[in-house]
Amino acid sequence: MIPELGQFALTLAFGFALVQSVLPMLGASRGNLLWMRSARATSLAQVAFTLVAFAALMRSFVVSDFTVLNVVENSHSLKPLLFKIAGTWGSHEGSLLLWVLILTVFGAGVSFFGTNISEGLRARTLSVQAWISVGFFSFMLFTSNPFERVFPPPADGQDLNPLLQDVGLAMHPPLLYFGYVGFSIVFSFAVAALIEGRVDAAWARWVRPWTLAAWISLTAGIAVGSWWAYYELGWGGWWFWDPVENVSFMPWLLGTALLHSAIVTEKRDAFKSWTILLAILTFSMSLLGTFIVRSGLLTSVHAFAVDPERGLYILWLLGISIGGSLLLFAWRAPALESGGLFRPISREAGLLVNNLLLASATGTVLFGTLYPLFIEALSGERLSVGPPFFNATFIPIMLPLVFVMAIGPFLSWKRADLAGVLQRLKFAAVLSGLTALVVWYLTEGGPVLAYLSLALAVWLLLATVMEWAGRIRFGEVPLREALRRAKNLPRAAHGMTMAHLGLAVAIVGFVGSTAWKSEEIVFVTPGTEISIAGFDVVYEGVERITGPNYVANRGTLVVERDGDYVTTLYPERRQYPVAQYSTTESSIRSTLAGDLYASLTEPANAEAEARGAWTLRILYEPLVNFIWIGSAMLVLGGGLSLSDRRLRIGAPRRSARRSAAAETPAE
Amino acid sequence: MKRLLFASPVIVALVFGAFFLWGLNPERDPNSIPSVLISRPAPVFELPEVAGTGVPGFSNADLEGNDAPVIVNVFASWCVPCRAEHAVLTRLVAEEGVQLFGINYRDEPEDAARWLNELGNPYVRIGSDIDGRVGLDWGLTGVPETFIVGPDGTVLYKHIGPILGDVAIRNFTTALAQARQAGMT
Repeated sequence: MIPELGQFALTLAFGFALVQSVLPMLGASRGNLLWMRSARATSLAQVAFTLVAFAALMRSFVVSDFTVLNVVENSHSLKPLLFKIAGTWGSHEGSLLLWVLILTVFGAGVSFFGTNISEGLRARTLSVQAWISVGFFSFMLFTSNPFERVFPPPADGQDLNPLLQDVGLAMHPPLLYFGYVGFSIVFSFAVAALIEGRVDAAWARWVRPWTLAAWISLTAGIAVGSWWAYYELGWGGWWFWDPVENVSFMPWLLGTALLHSAIVTEKRDAFKSWTILLAILTFSMSLLGTFIVRSGLLTSVHAFAVDPERGLYILWLLGISIGGSLLLFAWRAPALESGGLFRPISREAGLLVNNLLLASATGTVLFGTLYPLFIEALSGERLSVGPPFFNATFIPIMLPLVFVMAIGPFLSWKRADLAGVLQRLKFAAVLSGLTALVVWYLTEGGPVLAYLSLALAVWLLLATVMEWAGRIRFGEVPLREALRRAKNLPRAAHGMTMAHLGLAVAIVGFVGSTAWKSEEIVFVTPGTEISIAGFDVVYEGVERITGPNYVANRGTLVVERDGDYVTTLYPERRQYPVAQYSTTESSIRSTLAGDLYASLTEPANAEAEARGAWTLRILYEPLVNFIWIGSAMLVLGGGLSLSDRRLRIGAPRRSARRSAAAETPAE
Repeated sequence: MKRLLFASPVIVALVFGAFFLWGLNPERDPNSIPSVLISRPAPVFELPEVAGTGVPGFSNADLEGNDAPVIVNVFASWCVPCRAEHAVLTRLVAEEGVQLFGINYRDEPEDAARWLNELGNPYVRIGSDIDGRVGLDWGLTGVPETFIVGPDGTVLYKHIGPILGDVAIRNFTTALAQARQAGMT
């Protein structure tokens, strides 16, 4: 009964989306206020009924209702409750339901919190948002119904892929989707603006908080996913340039570009058509991601159950939404007046460079991801593009970006004094160079790129701190005065400082864990000793343990350093008998200086297996935790910026102008 | 010129779309990685019968010297997809007249016998691989998996997962037809 109720709610939500896709748009063009305002009710109804459907599915998972096919395929009665709940979005159908839920949440969000947005634009935006809802509701109802029944019901389920039974991964999809799908509202704003034919500073100001909210979530989602891969997959890496990772990274890169170009549109009334294009492309990348993950177009570790029919449906959705919006762009954007002029050396120019580099970086990732498909289509040859390609193309684009990023915030709008800025940054340049030299002296051996990246990270760190200190005139005025200035500084300024610092910190982590990683793979029998990165590790043996829905072999490793006891590591190899799957539970000793990481697998070698040996993989990843700290700072910076008074809903215009003035550097 | 510049995104998108449409071709499988066993003799093994099924066990010798290609299916009573696949295999045996061998993977004999009594037994021979050792030799990645073995004992085709849905069934029957053709020439 409950699943049918869920399906009924889903159908109702589809109906409301249909109404909302037409009525407010018509109302806006005819000036019918009632029609325009109908979006408020329909967007609320959509979110309410989708929520009912989602709750119904979640209930089926929690009570293990094996008459529902989706539950049979993705759950098991012995699974811990948390993972039963997470199973709701573990499958193609369930995750799609989460997708549309977030879509409707953002729509309702705009209709309730977007009260300062002009009536016509809001109505049109909500209609466009409803077009997307219509597409995805129909996709679910026609090809991927999560409430499909199975008769006769089997005694038990097939279990969720055990790799996905993990806290990190229970959180990862909701965060990621919130970011992914959050960009839909920005897309809707852009399309609505194109239909209206007007883009101004107010438009940019309305769009920015929504972009920021989506961006924060996407950042957190990617970071959590990467962290999960790091400790769960047992490979000891945090980024693999896998197609599915790439498709979540591309909206992030473009979303970052959008955040920056929207500032220019807001403050200087320039970059209008570019900002619109970025808004469209960012969400297009999200849609592309959905398509690639669900159509089986590319080989990936993440792919859902694949069905060409579904792929075709999404491709049509993609064609209509991306093709349609870009066509609209080609038609209407040339007419958009471009505003404020600027000199080649100015904050605008700095942000332009930022945008160009981020867009090229996205292009590189996109090309690398789809290259195997292109080649296969043109020549029939099969190949895969791996980390070497991305490291060789992506990093050289990002390094200049980091360099410019340090300088950008010092530049003033319209015309800036580059020589003066560089003069002020002399100290930072010298210090970052020195750091690289010292590290080079201490580490001996390591790629040149690593030292260069490290120097750039220090450069960005120092310059960002100096810029912030300059704003509050730290050291120039008494401390109390400086603190007062810090307090009065707009939150967005603190947010920018925090986010830029976060990137610098994360780069330290990227470089450390890539360039100075050490790794040992050995067959071990009780008593085997391994030395790695100054640690002495003794393997004591394995024991069998039993978990709720798995059995495991747990190894014991005693770690010493210079004869002193450090810690004991317990890596596990788990077998899930129902899902017929084994997972690696690595054991990690984490410190700021680096992670000692151990994982255990059955030996591939029959002779080694015969004498009871295990394959032990032990790694030392220096500085890897800086990646997660840096990511947290990015999220925090975004949050600070989002809480800024100017972005707060209903904040009076007057204050917006005042803090805009405070934004220019205090020189 | 300006128009062209603004139209360029949609043109690029269309080109991408064309590639995607091509990529969705159901015949194309980017995940198809040929099994190491393909075109090589089946591994050497000898499996006892599963008590209570009424059919004998078998060894690799039984896979050689047949008139036509045979199918080797790895199944278990605890495997839910196997239950769904069972009907497909039964129909295949009835319609194509092909000999079906079963490897009962990590399963209790009484469970397997009950399972087959309930659903019917399309297998000519069933071997009990209770410790999973033979499954390992066949390079099993999961249950079920199905192989086509030629008259000379060579593994010709491998299907991972249940043979369910139009695409999978079509792929499998096509492979079987090709194997038979190859056997005749």
